[in-house]
Amino acid sequence: MLDRLVDTFFNWQVMSEYLPKIVEGFVITIQLALAVVVSGIACGLVLAMVRSFRMRPVNFLIIGVVDVLRALPPLVIIIMFYFALPTVGIKMSAFVATWLALSLVLAAFSEEIFWAGILAVPKGQWEAARSTGLTFLQTLRFVVMPQAVRITIPPLTNRTIAITKGTALGAVVAVGEILYQAQTAYSFSYNPSPLTMGAIAYLILFIPVVYFGRWVETRFAWKR
Amino acid sequence: MSDSAPILDVRALYKSFGHLEVLKGIDLQVKPRELVFVIGPSGSGKSTLLRCCNRLEEPNSGSIRIEDIDILAPGVDINAVRRRIGMVFQSFNLYPHLNALGNVTLALRKVEGKTREEAESLGIQALTRVGLAEKAKSFPNELSGGQQQRVAIARALALEPVIVLFDEPTSALDPELVGSVLSVMRELRESGMTMVVVSHEMRFAQSAADRVIFMDDGRILEQGPPEQLFNAPDHPRIQEFLRTIQAH
Ligand SMILES: Nc1ncnc2c1ncn2[C@@H]1O[C@H](COP(=O)(O)OP(=O)(O)OP(=O)(O)O)[C@@H](O)[C@H]1O
Ligand SMILES: [Mg+2]
Repeated sequence: MLDRLVDTFFNWQVMSEYLPKIVEGFVITIQLALAVVVSGIACGLVLAMVRSFRMRPVNFLIIGVVDVLRALPPLVIIIMFYFALPTVGIKMSAFVATWLALSLVLAAFSEEIFWAGILAVPKGQWEAARSTGLTFLQTLRFVVMPQAVRITIPPLTNRTIAITKGTALGAVVAVGEILYQAQTAYSFSYNPSPLTMGAIAYLILFIPVVYFGRWVETRFAWKR
Repeated sequence: MSDSAPILDVRALYKSFGHLEVLKGIDLQVKPRELVFVIGPSGSGKSTLLRCCNRLEEPNSGSIRIEDIDILAPGVDINAVRRRIGMVFQSFNLYPHLNALGNVTLALRKVEGKTREEAESLGIQALTRVGLAEKAKSFPNELSGGQQQRVAIARALALEPVIVLFDEPTSALDPELVGSVLSVMRELRESGMTMVVVSHEMRFAQSAADRVIFMDDGRILEQGPPEQLFNAPDHPRIQEFLRTIQAH
């Protein structure tokens, strides 16, 4: 009984055969995740700062786009980018489609989080800074954002972890990340051991991230 | 008082928030080295008047000159003007992520473009003036309310303003901390700083103010030297107000 379980889920031969593939997927997942985190958060930060200028039409546009991106399931966006956009002549690789879709989703969520952080900085901070001659942008950069970002870090970390795990959605459009490699190996070997390896690979990747998130949360909970 | 040109010259100032008219034609001249004290009931427009003087609020009409600059003129560099007008707030508004020295030097570095060394030496000078040089490395949440307000005064002084506006600088302080802030303000006055002070500290006004202004419903109802305004005001309204203040 135990033998069969081990043979099915931890088949040594299958595992060693497909390990290189899983490692390959691991690397691609990391690349994709890092690219999403960097571009998503940077874009969200810029959008929130633009929003703080409070130009009506611009803000309507930002809010509209952000709401749409937050409402759509990320998989729907990935599939639209990869399958629908080519019909109007916009072609992109599966990796780019997944990266772009997840970056946009992360940008939308982080924009909302940064914006809430900016709003949480008291009006008196703006006034004190402006009264010493700092410009709007200098005040935003040197007085408001440092405080806003600090408030923002715990919710942003959680949201980022959730969206980065969405890299697994890339499997649907055949991005060679962990899940795709594991599934492919499974269908070749008729043995679920590669799926086990995939799950372990995700754990190796994300457990440190989850711990990091928890650390960040406690670290910033008591300060301020 | 000499009849030299005023540092602050406000004429026919009007300000509304929507339909609510808050300033209804204010005329106010403050001469060099003068300390003008502003009192009046809540909602009479005292804060709004101060905030118009550095354009934290935009007046609807009227003129405001600081020294020789019309600060409401189109195209005026308001950030350059604000450097010359210090402002001290009821709630201190120190930057919580910077230490005392960082609070004082931020504008020196970013607005005046001074190097870190220059800014820090001026910053220490300003903190010394308010008696807090040894707290330079302390963060706002490590300082008492009185100390925070003194750092805020140092932040304003570091830019060498020609006038400092105080909006109820001691109202948020525990009574035992008020004295330390008032003594800094008194020294500032003795050093010749031009000041406009909105406050309920009548004893301070008695001893330090050149002139007291009573505002009521967006207008200056009466003004004069403290002895006169406190002891023999023309308007019964002012006697009544002074009684309610003394009741606390
Ligand atoms: N930003 C604003 N928007 C709308 N109304 C405002 C605004 N700021 C002030 N007011 C109103 O203007 C009036 C005058 O306010 P102001 O703060 O100048 O009074 P004040 O004399 O400083 O009162 P206090 O002694 O309570 O500080 C009040 O009725 C206030 O509600
Ligand atoms: Mg007020």
